[in-house]
Amino acid sequence: MTDTTASLHRMARRRQAIHGWLLLSPALIMLGTFAFYPSLATLWTSLWSRGTRRRPSEFVGLENYERLFSDPTFREVAMNNLLYAGVTIPVSIILALTMALWANAKIPARAFVRTAYFTPTVLPMIAAANIWLFFYTPGFGVLDQIGGLFGAPSVNWLGQPETALWAVCIVTIWKESGFFMIFYLAALQTIPEDLREAARIEGASRWTYLRRVVLPLLMPTTIFVLVNALINSVKLIDHLFILTKGGPSDASKLILYYIWESAFAFFDAPSAAAMTVLVLIVLGLGAALQFRVLDRRTHYR
Amino acid sequence: MPDPFLRLAGITRQWNGAGGVRDISLDVAHGAFIAILGPSGCGKSTLLRLIAGLETPQMGEIALEGRDITHLPPAQRGLSMVFQSYALFPHLDVAENIVFGMKARRVPRTERAEALARAVSMTGLKGLERRKPAELSGGQRQRVALARAVVSGQPLCLMDEPLSNLDAKLRHAVRRDIKALQTRLGLTVIYVTHDQSEAMSLADTIVLMRDGRAEQVGSPETLYHRPATPFVARFVGDPPMALVEVAALGHGTGQVGIRIEAIEKADAAPDLSARVVETEYLGARTQVLLDHPAAEGLALLLPGRVALAPGVEIGLRLPQEHRVRFGDDTSPDHGAAAAAARDGRKAAIPLTANPEDRP
Repeated sequence: MTDTTASLHRMARRRQAIHGWLLLSPALIMLGTFAFYPSLATLWTSLWSRGTRRRPSEFVGLENYERLFSDPTFREVAMNNLLYAGVTIPVSIILALTMALWANAKIPARAFVRTAYFTPTVLPMIAAANIWLFFYTPGFGVLDQIGGLFGAPSVNWLGQPETALWAVCIVTIWKESGFFMIFYLAALQTIPEDLREAARIEGASRWTYLRRVVLPLLMPTTIFVLVNALINSVKLIDHLFILTKGGPSDASKLILYYIWESAFAFFDAPSAAAMTVLVLIVLGLGAALQFRVLDRRTHYR
Repeated sequence: MPDPFLRLAGITRQWNGAGGVRDISLDVAHGAFIAILGPSGCGKSTLLRLIAGLETPQMGEIALEGRDITHLPPAQRGLSMVFQSYALFPHLDVAENIVFGMKARRVPRTERAEALARAVSMTGLKGLERRKPAELSGGQRQRVALARAVVSGQPLCLMDEPLSNLDAKLRHAVRRDIKALQTRLGLTVIYVTHDQSEAMSLADTIVLMRDGRAEQVGSPETLYHRPATPFVARFVGDPPMALVEVAALGHGTGQVGIRIEAIEKADAAPDLSARVVETEYLGARTQVLLDHPAAEGLALLLPGRVALAPGVEIGLRLPQEHRVRFGDDTSPDHGAAAAAARDGRKAAIPLTANPEDRP
């Protein structure tokens, strides 16, 4: 008697387990094939030497990483990317927030303003880069023509090492802030009007209300946007192909572009794999830090 | 005569000539509890927002303690407000919510702490200071909103349907607390509600609004016993006044209003005879709902338990001294009743309403 109940019980549990795995499998297969396996394969590749016909690849441990750290190009590219992230992330977030506050206020032609801010997001990055290529072109580019009106000399914004990276940063900011603005705008519209009125009656200035009520309530959005911006600062390199191809003399080269170059132009897959692993580690640490530090100070509704 | 505490003179605020409030005048004494009562969309919240400074009137003047505040921003008016939604800051805890305004006005820390302790103990929020609004019950949130309003020490407190989000049981408890707090602190309260029983039990003056105008201003007793118009008669009291066409009682036009508790059963020489629709046993007495073609809301209260079959005709006596006579036109814009209502309002402003003047 007890035997049969026990076996029935076991069967029910087994059925439940199969049910669970079936529900899990689509996501598991997709992620496994296109995320987990490639990551592990990359890690594995990064531990092997570059194979040629005469010298097949062999296990070299961390040698690829050592080589990378002594590679001046890698160091320059990493610094470029840090600067790129350090400029584009805060500037595009602050710009997005400012535009959202503006577009959320009672202003004339509000729908037009919102659309105008959002337009860059709709454009493909390649198209946007081509527009900006026209802006930056020395001689007949828009920037030079405007500068020429005031007697400024012609500047080759993309062609000189001092300005190339900054020019690339500006395109990214222009492209991203409209996108982030949409998130801020959506979050702002969930803040009830009552709170603003209560703050007004309590004698809070606009600035106090912004600092003590609006910004804290926007924190969840800010974290989301921050993580996205961090990922984009590594991921978004389409415009480099149009604007500078990483030049001049690597001045505007970003890490993903360099990875692509190493893998598909120099055919150095292990070196590219090692860089990819480093990027994954840095991004993972960054995201973990953001969520841990900011989560504690964030109010979720 | 000294200036009243709060004076509204001919306040008008409309949107494209519609909605809002039209030509409201009102004097409020210090320490008074005024209820602004009316159906939804009558402009009562607009009137409160005009006093608060969240809206600006197109015409008229608002003066607080003799000082013209018509165009002052809300913070400089010297008032506090309790919102229908409570408008608590969701990311701040109870204590931070309560002292938000003092912090914004840079009140010193020690003074803030003292005021907080007083407000917290007064509203029974002790021990909840570090909770977030989401962790509080509806009644507790309501108390936080009250504490935030009283902590500032402003003499005028505006309340916009503060009880409408609470369940019936809690509503009674908080209602008593509001009244006790008002008495204890000597606050002048202007309280917007659509619930006539709230207005009746809390206020010492009721402003009954209809379509942006004040239909009648007076004490709860005046509105209950001597309504100025059939609209007031229908709105105030539960059950509302019974209204009978004058023609059904004799000669003339217009309507007569009478409280159902004043209606008596008459076996001989009745003023009116009506048909029983339904009887409701209420314990101490029985309410008999009656139907008459020229009357609305007619009912009779009889002591004890009475069984009357539906359809039976019974005779009623409507005592003269309890009758309230209304003119024949009930629209507010034209007609004798409306004019009487407006005149009545003006006469009633310093709370010297004289019901005997009424026809």
